[in-house]
Amino acid sequence: MIEIDAITKRYDGVTVVDNVSMVIEPRTVTVVVGTSGSGKTTLIRMINRLVEATEGAIRLDGEDNRSMPGYELRRRIGYAIQGHGLFPHRTVAQNIATVPGLLGWERSRIDAKVEELLTLFQLEPKTFGPRYPHELSGGQQQRVGVARALAAEPNVLLMDEPFGALDPIIRAKAQEDLLAIQKHFGTTIVLVTHDMNEAFHLADKIAVMDKGKVVQYGPPAELVRAPATPFVETLIGDAERPFRLLSIARTGAAAEPGEAEGEPIREDRSQQEALADLIWSGRDALPVISMSGSPMGRVTLDAILKRAARPR
Amino acid sequence: MRAWVPTILRGFLLLLLIAFLVSPGSFEPLLKPLVQPNAPAIYNQGSLLSLTLLHLRTVFIATLAATIIAVLLAILVTRPFGAEFLALSRSLVNIGQTFPPVAVLALAVPAVGFGEKPTLIALFLYGLLPIFENTLTALTNLPRSVMEAARGSGMTPVQRLIQVELPLSLPVVVAGIRLSVVISLATATIGSTVAAKTLGEVIIAGLQSNNLAFVLQGGLIVGALAVLIYDGLSAVEAMIARRTGAA
Repeated sequence: MIEIDAITKRYDGVTVVDNVSMVIEPRTVTVVVGTSGSGKTTLIRMINRLVEATEGAIRLDGEDNRSMPGYELRRRIGYAIQGHGLFPHRTVAQNIATVPGLLGWERSRIDAKVEELLTLFQLEPKTFGPRYPHELSGGQQQRVGVARALAAEPNVLLMDEPFGALDPIIRAKAQEDLLAIQKHFGTTIVLVTHDMNEAFHLADKIAVMDKGKVVQYGPPAELVRAPATPFVETLIGDAERPFRLLSIARTGAAAEPGEAEGEPIREDRSQQEALADLIWSGRDALPVISMSGSPMGRVTLDAILKRAARPR
Repeated sequence: MRAWVPTILRGFLLLLLIAFLVSPGSFEPLLKPLVQPNAPAIYNQGSLLSLTLLHLRTVFIATLAATIIAVLLAILVTRPFGAEFLALSRSLVNIGQTFPPVAVLALAVPAVGFGEKPTLIALFLYGLLPIFENTLTALTNLPRSVMEAARGSGMTPVQRLIQVELPLSLPVVVAGIRLSVVISLATATIGSTVAAKTLGEVIIAGLQSNNLAFVLQGGLIVGALAVLIYDGLSAVEAMIARRTGAA
């Protein structure tokens, strides 16, 4: 659990983060969104003290993050950034081994961890371990960057626009991978982005920042249903509202008993995908199947449209 | 031109240089036309080989000292506590460069006497600037995201310096050393005006006795050394740069 308690950051009298308080639950993904200059990056950099707060406190599992030297704190918190920041003079394996090496792990334990992470990120350890970062593609570099951040098994992973430099296809894949990894390790992730689609796709909770303040902090659906300020409304976009609602709900939740013709849809797909399928195939209903492939009834166009309507 | 041609030319130059130093006498017919009858065509007041080795030694010691001081100074002024000395150290090092080596020799002789010492002082002062400027440029232009990642992964300032900043700066530092060595190789010849044992002796002897062959062989040996060392250090630099992914 990360408790951010009335934290403020001022640079030469200019307030960048203004009296922010929020609690981040363990094993969740929290996405901080906002325009550039809204203070979102400064906020997460105060968690691992790359930036020292002017006022207020941050507690990790009840312990003040100033109770130990900054470098020791940072070895316990994963940190991944845009443009990956891999060390160009070190191999992929050496890059991933950075924090375990700083913590003084034994060689064999480090090697095992590097191999585990490379495998997890679908990079063949024997092929990719000895390579240098400049020999990898952008997507591969980004994966190594995240693997490096996770190497010392941190409870908390901070990510600053980690997918900003990736093309849309690789970005979608990287987001899927991140969700899978988060489930695998149960890591608490705090991610900064200005991409609202990314935020809605990844977040358990979204914090919207505007001029240094958190103007709304809650589950994605709440932001759509009850935007706290006009700024949140603009950020979500009038034309996007129904689709944002559909994008965060599973098809299974809209399923009802009954039959339907044609290609089925898996219950874990979003309702937005179900709607797209319905429109594209010109049908009124789709068969829904469970993750294992057994039938779960159907989802109708009507049901989806009702769910996309303004909540009353 | 094919890629291996320069390498072969360099190899040939090296062989020629070694042959000339080991057995200068066999080149006498080539240089004979340049001198007046009865004058020696090959330097005869000492061994060319030992003069060359002494010349290299002087340059090596001066460059080593300049490297250590310049790199330390550059590291110091790029740390948070040393930032205020940046301007001061820049001007100090610049003065070292603008002060003519001959003047340094003239000033140093009364203080430390004749011989190698004043030459070392002049070469040292003269060699500082390229190394200092290059190290400074390298340390202040490291990729931001890499430095951010180094801090973010929990490296202490010393760990960042040794594990990230210096290795990444190395190619540019070596480039500075390369410039400094080449300048020193040429400048060291004037050390012979204050009785340092360098190849300048051969050139000065040639000037005094109006012997063109002496001047030429002294100059050519220094030139060949400069070309070979320059190329050698360029190769080292390229190798490091490749390893750091900069090339």
